[in-house]
This record gives sequence, C-alpha cells and structure tokens, in this order.
Amino acid sequence: MTEIFGVPIQALFGQLVLGLVNGCFYAMLSLGLAIIFGMLNIINFAHGAFYMIGAVFTWFVLDTWNISWWWSLLLAPLAVGIFGIVVERLLLKRLYKVDPLYGLLLTFGLALVIEGLFLHKHGSSGLPYGIPEVFQGALNLGFMFLPKYRAIVVGATLAVCFATWFVIERTQLGAYLRAGTENPPLVQAFGINVPVMITLTYAIGVGLAGLAGVLAAPTLQVSPLMGSNLIIVVFAVVVIGGMGSILGSIVTGLGLGLIEGLTKVFYSQASNTVVFMIMVLVLLVRPAGLFGREK
Amino acid sequence: MTKARARYLGYALLLAAGVLAPLVIYPVFLMNALCFALFACAFNLLLGYTGLLSFGHAAFFGTAAYVTGYTAKVMGLSTGLAILAGTAAAVLLGIVFGGLSIRRQGIYFAMITLALAQLIFFFYLQAPFTGGEDGLQGIPRGKLFWVINLENDRILYYVVFAIFLFGFLLIHRTIHSPFGQVMKAIRENEPRAVSLGYDVNKYKLMAFVLSAGLAGLAGATNAIVFTFVTLTDVDWHTSGDVVLMTLLGGMGSIFGPVVGAFSIVTLESKLSDKVGSLVTVIIGAIFCVCVLLFRRGIVGEIQGLYRRVVGNRV
Repeated sequence: MTEIFGVPIQALFGQLVLGLVNGCFYAMLSLGLAIIFGMLNIINFAHGAFYMIGAVFTWFVLDTWNISWWWSLLLAPLAVGIFGIVVERLLLKRLYKVDPLYGLLLTFGLALVIEGLFLHKHGSSGLPYGIPEVFQGALNLGFMFLPKYRAIVVGATLAVCFATWFVIERTQLGAYLRAGTENPPLVQAFGINVPVMITLTYAIGVGLAGLAGVLAAPTLQVSPLMGSNLIIVVFAVVVIGGMGSILGSIVTGLGLGLIEGLTKVFYSQASNTVVFMIMVLVLLVRPAGLFGREK
Repeated sequence: MTKARARYLGYALLLAAGVLAPLVIYPVFLMNALCFALFACAFNLLLGYTGLLSFGHAAFFGTAAYVTGYTAKVMGLSTGLAILAGTAAAVLLGIVFGGLSIRRQGIYFAMITLALAQLIFFFYLQAPFTGGEDGLQGIPRGKLFWVINLENDRILYYVVFAIFLFGFLLIHRTIHSPFGQVMKAIRENEPRAVSLGYDVNKYKLMAFVLSAGLAGLAGATNAIVFTFVTLTDVDWHTSGDVVLMTLLGGMGSIFGPVVGAFSIVTLESKLSDKVGSLVTVIIGAIFCVCVLLFRRGIVGEIQGLYRRVVGNRV
C-alpha cells in the first residue's frame, strides 16, 4: 500500500475527510456567530447549546414519533429558529443599550440552563442515531473509500454556506442587513424595520446552528455535552479568522478542520489543542485575525 | 458617629466575624468559601476595575493548585513553599496569557482567554503528573514554617483566613493607589487614557498578572485545604463560576465578590445533594437574572438603596 511519511494513504485521507467534516461544523457555527455578531453586536455563547438542541431534537423525533432525518433537516432548524426568536424578544432585546459583554454573560447563563436541563433529562452518555439508509456505505474512489454520509455533510455545508453568502452579498435583503450592521439608525430612518431584522438575523444564525446539529446527529455522538465542547473551539476559530468577512469564517472553519485531521494522523496527542495553538500564533503575527480588520 | 468611624467599626465587626466563624460553622466549608472569595476578588480586579472580562481564570486557579499539589506531594516541598511555587506558576502563566490576550479588546478578549484556558485544560488532561481524570490525590497538608500543624482544621482555617486577608488588603491597596486610578480610567474610557499618555497595554498586563497571581494564590490554598486537585479546578465551568460570583456580588465593589462567592459556594453545597444535576440550571438561571435585572449585584444594589435613603433624609 502507498504511504506518505510512513502513514498509509488510506488512513491519511480518511482522517482528512473526518477533519473536513468537523471543519464543516466549525464553518457553519462560526458563520452563524459572525452574522449574529454583525447585527446584534453580541457573541452568542448559547450557540453550542442551539447546535446541541438541533441534534437532540433529531434524535428525539425519530425515537418517539419515528420522524425521519429528512423531516428533521427542515423541522429542527425551524424549531431552533423559533426558540431563538423567543430568546431574542424576551431576553436579548433588553441588553442592546448596555455593554456587549452582558450579552455574552446572558447567553452563557442560557447555555448553562439549556445544557443542564438536557443533561437532567437525557444524561451525559451518547444517544444512538443511525445514518439514513440512502447514505449508508461508502464510495470507492480508487485511492480510498469515502463514506457516503461524510460526502453529503461536506456537500450540504458548502451549499448552505454558499447560499448564506449569496443572500447576504447579492440580494436586496442582504443589502439591508449589511446596511443595518453599519448604521442601524440610518437604515431605520429609511423605513426599514430594524428590530424585526435583528430578530430574524438571530433566528437565522441559531437556525444554522440547529441545522449543523441535524447534520452532526448521524456522524458524531449525540449528547447534551456536544455543544459546549464544540463552542470553545469555534470561538478560537472566530478569533483566528476574524469576524469581518463571511467567506473568511467559512474558509477558516474548513481549513482548521483539515489541519486538525492532519494532526490526528501525525501527532494525535495535539489534535484537540492544535486549533488553540494556531490561535496563539495568529495572535502573535496578525492580532486582528486572518480576515479581520483592526477597528 | 462620623462616616469614617462607622466604616472602621464595620471592618472590625467583619474581622471579628471571620475570627469567630469556625467556632460555629464547619471550617472546611469556610475555607473553601474564603478561597473562592479571594479568587473572585482577584477576578474582580480585572473585570470590575479594569473592564476586562476574562473567561479563563480557572487556568490560573488550577495551575497553581496542580503545581502546589505536585511540589508538596512528589517533591516534598514544605507547605508554605509549595503555595509560593503554585502562585509563582500562576504569575508566569498570567504573563503569557496576558501578553497574548490584551492584543484584542472587548468580546475577543473574553474568547481568547477562554480558548487559552481550554488549551491548558487539555494539557492537564494528558500530562502525566496531573493524574488525568483521577486528579492529584493525597496532597499532604504538612506544617507551616515547620511548626504549625495544618492537619487540624481550625488551625488551617486561621492560616487560610490570613492568606485571604493578605490578598484582600493587597487588592484594596492596589485599587486605591495611583495605579488603581489608571486602571479605572482604562475601564471608563480607554482611548482617553491613551491620549493622556498612559501606556495602556502595560497597565492592562500588570493588572492581568496581579489578578492571575492572586487567583493562583487562591487555587494553591484550596489545594492544601482539600488535599486533592482535579480537572474541575481548570474546567471552564469554574471560570464561569467566578464570573458569576463577581457579577452576583457586585463587580467594581471591593466586598461584592466576597458576598458573591459565599452565596454561590453556600448555594452549591446546599443544593447539590437536593437537586443533583439541576445545579447547573440554577446557576445559569441566576446568571440570566443578574444580567437582566440587577447588573450592579447585591452589594451595588444595597449601596444604591442606602444612598437613596440617606439622600432623601438630607
């Protein structure tokens, strides 16, 4: 069998694909964080919790009502988005006039509440969720076997990220959004309902997290703790990429996933710290982040 | 009675309460609360007085705890030296973390400190000397200055109380010094402080290192009290707990974090056997209520109330 640096090429590509799958979740979550931050000026600590809700929701509806993964793909982001609207209207709305740090603290508390409730209900062990039948098995690419479902996750993420980029950069609605990010009072003066836009932005941002949760359910362990483990890495991703550009967060997310996959092959002890170490490097060399602008 | 005299009387009463408390209340509980009170005061130096929200302070608390535990148990250092070694380790880590994280401001600062602390967490999870998931068990309490036997809870309590007082007075002194005034100026308006000619980053770093060192002192002492260190001490939940203690008690007030720490430690010890895993939910809910309803915290609200009542009379 062919080897690269003493590693079988099969294993190398296998880990790279796995890394890419993780990178997809980083990209989708940091994308949502960036959109929310742009409009609300709040870092949504509860983002990991929303992602977890998406995954547990997917498991729950299959387990109780036998609702398939395909329906969850639609229902979970919707449910998470509606929950997001409630959170924004009831809680976050009251914090827009104070220091943005309070938004971080509130969503941190919210994340603890959500995670605690799910832990109480489901316990910390993983909830089993199978891969949808159509995607079982693997494709033979000649040099490796590509599990079908992983290919689907990567494809779906790229599609969703592209769609988000397109809506924000190329449509009327996106233009309002970008204008609202720059100067909310002026946009409001032009007769656009900014508060509704803010609410919808938050709903879409957390909806993306919910969708990431649905995609994660068949391939990662579904558990109430899955969100908080992920969100801190995503924060590091956001620091590395900077929240200035949408394309930036997507590229950074996928790239760091790949690097993490590579690290697993060559020096597995560092695989869960490599993202943080890259963050340290980036802070030393380019404090504003790879795609960020220093304000 | 003049205002100053009333204040000194208040301090004297608090001191007396501190001295007499172990006669009534279980000393280990008190020591734990005092360690967290010092931890929260150190954290408040950063959040309340410099306006920097660190979400990774457990790294300093835990690092000092591990170093103290390791030097006392494996290297056989005497207790006092072990605590000093732990504190020194936290100071060194504070220099590294501070130097990195003050390169960004506001929300990014919080995310960077959280990510760095997570890096440290994974390091301790894998490092051979920490005992991984089992933690570092059986740390000897030993003797202070080779004479004072710390195995006795009451005696240890007074040592912990003295350490707490030392840290508390150091913080009190710092925030009332010219250095403390500059810290507050940075909190209120950073560009203005820069325009006045202050090297803002130098001050931020100094505040960060001081805060890290005192958080370390608290962690080191806590390790001696409990005679074990586990990964919980470096976990991000612990970083969150100390944020909550400061927020609940009242950030930017000197007694706030003490009140907050005693409230949370009491709450956690009373609730954990009653509601079990729901403790996190309650902690999270308190967080939300604090942020939404009383951002000044317990001490801040009482001060506000007092001022209103006194103001009305005049």
